[in-house]
Amino acid sequence: MNKETIIKISDLAKIDIKDDQIDDILTSLEKILNLVDEMNSVDTDNVTPMSHPLNLKQELRKDEIKVFNERELFQKNNEHTDNGYYKVPKIID
Amino acid sequence: MDTIKFQRSLTNMHNKTVSELKKYIKEKEISSLELTKHFIDRVKNIDTQLNSFVSITEEYAITQAKKIDLEISKGEVRPLAGIPLAQKDIFCTKDLKTTCGSRMLENFISPYDATVVEKLNHAGMVIIGKTNMDEFAMGSSNETSYFGEVKNPWNTEYVPGGSSGGSAASVAARLVPCSTGTDTGGSIRQPASLTGVCGIKPTYGRVSRYGMIAFASSLDQAGVFTRTAEDCAILLTHISGYDPKDSTSSRKEVPDYEKECKKKFTNMVIGIPTEFLDGLDDEVKEVFEENVKVLEKNGCTFKNISLQSSKLGVSAYQVVAPAECSSNLSRFDGVRFGHRADSVKNIDDLYKKSRSEGFGQEVKRRILIGTYALSAGYYDAYYLKAQKIRKVISNEFEQAFKEVDLILGPTAPDCAFKLGEKTNDPIAMYLSDVFTVSTNLAGLPAMSLPMGFKNNLPLGLQIIGNHFDESKILSLAHHYQQITDWHLKKPEISGD
Repeated sequence: MNKETIIKISDLAKIDIKDDQIDDILTSLEKILNLVDEMNSVDTDNVTPMSHPLNLKQELRKDEIKVFNERELFQKNNEHTDNGYYKVPKIID
Repeated sequence: MDTIKFQRSLTNMHNKTVSELKKYIKEKEISSLELTKHFIDRVKNIDTQLNSFVSITEEYAITQAKKIDLEISKGEVRPLAGIPLAQKDIFCTKDLKTTCGSRMLENFISPYDATVVEKLNHAGMVIIGKTNMDEFAMGSSNETSYFGEVKNPWNTEYVPGGSSGGSAASVAARLVPCSTGTDTGGSIRQPASLTGVCGIKPTYGRVSRYGMIAFASSLDQAGVFTRTAEDCAILLTHISGYDPKDSTSSRKEVPDYEKECKKKFTNMVIGIPTEFLDGLDDEVKEVFEENVKVLEKNGCTFKNISLQSSKLGVSAYQVVAPAECSSNLSRFDGVRFGHRADSVKNIDDLYKKSRSEGFGQEVKRRILIGTYALSAGYYDAYYLKAQKIRKVISNEFEQAFKEVDLILGPTAPDCAFKLGEKTNDPIAMYLSDVFTVSTNLAGLPAMSLPMGFKNNLPLGLQIIGNHFDESKILSLAHHYQQITDWHLKKPEISGD
């Protein structure tokens, strides 16, 4: 991991990082990765990765049509709405 | 409420258990309204020193309490009628703010109730407030909250643990008889241990996660804080069960945990993982071993077991939890709800500024680690490897439960630490969960209950059970509390 990696992942994660913060973040992430690397002390070549703590399969609901419209209720949390839409900065020039 | 004549003084009600309050209300010895006001007054008077509440929901609570009293006067008594509780601020509550300890959700009012909230409301409980927590449940000290740190009721210079620090501290200080919590890597058990209360994290899938703001979906589980095992059992019965709104919730039948835990205690074989005691602090070890002796004299047989890979739990957790968090928290984009930054240039700027202003340092750190672990070229080395380690840990527990009924150990490696002591050392902070994370990785139920003190700060005893063995855990915990009195100790701040 290096400074470029931090810049790349912060862009992927959509989080702004100021230049003077990069070194600190790099140091703390490297420490975490060192801790994580302890996993390599166990050979897991023949282990099936865990996909669910209870080995259950994802249940599917019945394919039934339910009609609901709670747009107004859900948009109460946002003052940037217009006629049922969310307002965002211009995307296409 | 003319029909309710108080036969009991309210002065001591905060020292009563849920089980006792349930009886008093049912027998009309106290009204829900008076009880609710009593606890709200305590929060107003005492919580200025603790900061365990993010909001007091007085108006809502009074309305609820009056409604419950009216029902009681008509002879309709719900199972937990009129008992006040605090909800961790991670559970969505309709018409009340749900902040998740973050600036991101500072003004968020949920349009619906979480299933846990709905169930406890339906049982007749009265929400008197929402409790403080580490931001998005990421932390072990309750210091990452946007709304300020919570202090430990036993000594306000110390942390209460986290992430459900407010829920634990409020029960310890007798500001509420019980509260809810969530546990992703120890967030119920570790604060329960550090504040001297009971906290149970059920089996993954036992309780619905609907409306519980997601941190790491394959690990998160809801639970409760109380002062006795019996109370934990009462509440757990009410919050458990299948929920069509959470496809990972279990259809397994919910036992009456209260009845189960009070059944005559029969001998149990209990495993002690040698790895939990190797290198453990001397005083914590001494207290733990004293408790083992007590249980040995009272119907328990102990056996040393090995959970060799459990020491890798923190490493695997530090991949799985951040990876799932980076995915779950991508929904906070400043568009539909949550914090939105002003004066942005374009859509990318809106996402980045809103997220950078809305999230605190620890949340950002975990999102970055998770994004890295899931990014192209690193998936196999991190996420896949962690899921394999998870399987290894899970297999070891499975083997252990072929020989023992339950597993016992300390909940945390030490008592509470000082505020600020570990804030600049994330690794030291993560290691506070060394004994708790493995059970989340394996989806097992576990509970912490008070077992003694070190430097006048509480220590917790952790009981781990096999999947859906909550009854066994609660039975041992209840039995232990019949022969010891650690759960009756209270911090000075709680008054008489």
